[in-house]
Amino acid sequence: MPRRLQIGGATILVLVILWYLSTTVFGLIAPGRFPSPQATIDALGHVLFRGYAGGTLIEHIFNSLRLVILGFLVAVATGVPLGLLMGWNRTAEALINPVFLIIRPIPPLAWIPLAILWLGLGDSAKILVIWFAAFVPSVINTYAGVRTIEKPVLEAAAMLGTPRLRFIREVLVPASSPMIFTGLRLSLQASWTTLVAAELVGAFYGLGRVLNVAQQDLYPGMILVGMIAVAILGWATTKALGKLEMRALSWNQAAALAGRG
Amino acid sequence: MPKRIDFTRSLVLGLGGLIAFLGLWYGLSASGIVPPLFLPTPFEVLDRFIDLLDRRFAGATLPAHLAASFERFAYGFLLAAIVGIPLGLLMGWFRILDEIVSPIFDGLRFIAPIAWVPFAALWFGTGIGGPILIIFAGAFPPCVINAYRGAKFVDPRLIEAANMLGTPNRRVITEILLPASVPSIISGLRVSAGLGWQSLVGAELIVASTGVGYMMVQGQANLSTTTVMSGMIAIGLVGLALDTALRFAERLIERRRGMET
Repeated sequence: MPRRLQIGGATILVLVILWYLSTTVFGLIAPGRFPSPQATIDALGHVLFRGYAGGTLIEHIFNSLRLVILGFLVAVATGVPLGLLMGWNRTAEALINPVFLIIRPIPPLAWIPLAILWLGLGDSAKILVIWFAAFVPSVINTYAGVRTIEKPVLEAAAMLGTPRLRFIREVLVPASSPMIFTGLRLSLQASWTTLVAAELVGAFYGLGRVLNVAQQDLYPGMILVGMIAVAILGWATTKALGKLEMRALSWNQAAALAGRG
Repeated sequence: MPKRIDFTRSLVLGLGGLIAFLGLWYGLSASGIVPPLFLPTPFEVLDRFIDLLDRRFAGATLPAHLAASFERFAYGFLLAAIVGIPLGLLMGWFRILDEIVSPIFDGLRFIAPIAWVPFAALWFGTGIGGPILIIFAGAFPPCVINAYRGAKFVDPRLIEAANMLGTPNRRVITEILLPASVPSIISGLRVSAGLGWQSLVGAELIVASTGVGYMMVQGQANLSTTTVMSGMIAIGLVGLALDTALRFAERLIERRRGMET
């Protein structure tokens, strides 16, 4: 086993033991402030089998995950093409950039009250907010990605008279894909943060709703379960995107090499 | 090839884009296609913004709300920098610390800052302590990561040369490692200011009883779209000012080191 893994594992083991000792054995931390391991497991059992805040854990997870994926996809489907357009076409860039510069400094979370005003507490308001949040990183990084394409590549494509669609599919997108994926990762992160915040502000289901109700009930075990669930989902979706990136970019590298050879 | 376009043309196009954007907004709301309750005209928002400068809403004027928000932000951000930068540097210099802290840090990183809201409220209340923890949660990771990178990627030849010349350890730190990490630290601070500011807005939407976020929630509850939008503008302006100031610091340091590109 590599040294890093050994030390990491030992650290986490020590932390869990410290957690157990300080809450359960010595009572250094009041149960109303931070839950003991037992209380956390009980809370997990509670939400898993009996349900809490309007649904079981699986239902809450499903609901949050669905909204994140929907919002993320809408943002990517609109953001990446806009970024490509702005990177490629100077006129479009000059036209859109100032509007973008005005909207960009508004933090994603600041859209939440407006979304609630417009669409209420349901799913559509969440998707709208996630869209706003995840849209900006998609656009900016795609735009920056197009700008990293080396001039000779573009000139060669132009000289060979590559048709526009083929040019987009075989030059523009592959060459900027490393940056596009950076943007997608940031977009995904923004999607999760925004969804959790939006659900904390007001929702009927979802992990943010669990956190919110647990806070009002002064239920530390459930708060911890909600936070861990959010962290695991964030980690899992990031990993899934990473896998996708590896596949997409390995193809891209091969294509780039073939093109160069 | 994207064609270069000259400055006047891009200015005209940019203005055109802005006018089209504002015109569309105005048209939608003035013509009644979208009810003014949902989308007030840009002029109404501007009126309200100016009005809020000296009229109290949700307990204070807009500048007073902003001051309250900024105070929280300053504490949380400074705390993140004071704890995060030394931690990152030490992790970069001492492998064992890196191996111990990294697994904990990586686990915590996936918790969206906003998911700390329930514990923040439980531990520190909703006045200033709770929001500070949330800002800290948002601003801390970039401080650590960039200080770590700065320390890790110091040119090893510099350290080898210093060692060969018999430089004492303390001087290696103050004269090589620290200066070499500064640019990375500054860009980390910029990222963390952005994330901290955004987390603050989220925290205020949910738990606070003063601040711009709180003002926006009250605006939303009173169906005052103009107030919500004024809040968004104020948040965007402050965020932009913060970013500009730190960007300026970044440039200044790069220039002093002759690293200007």
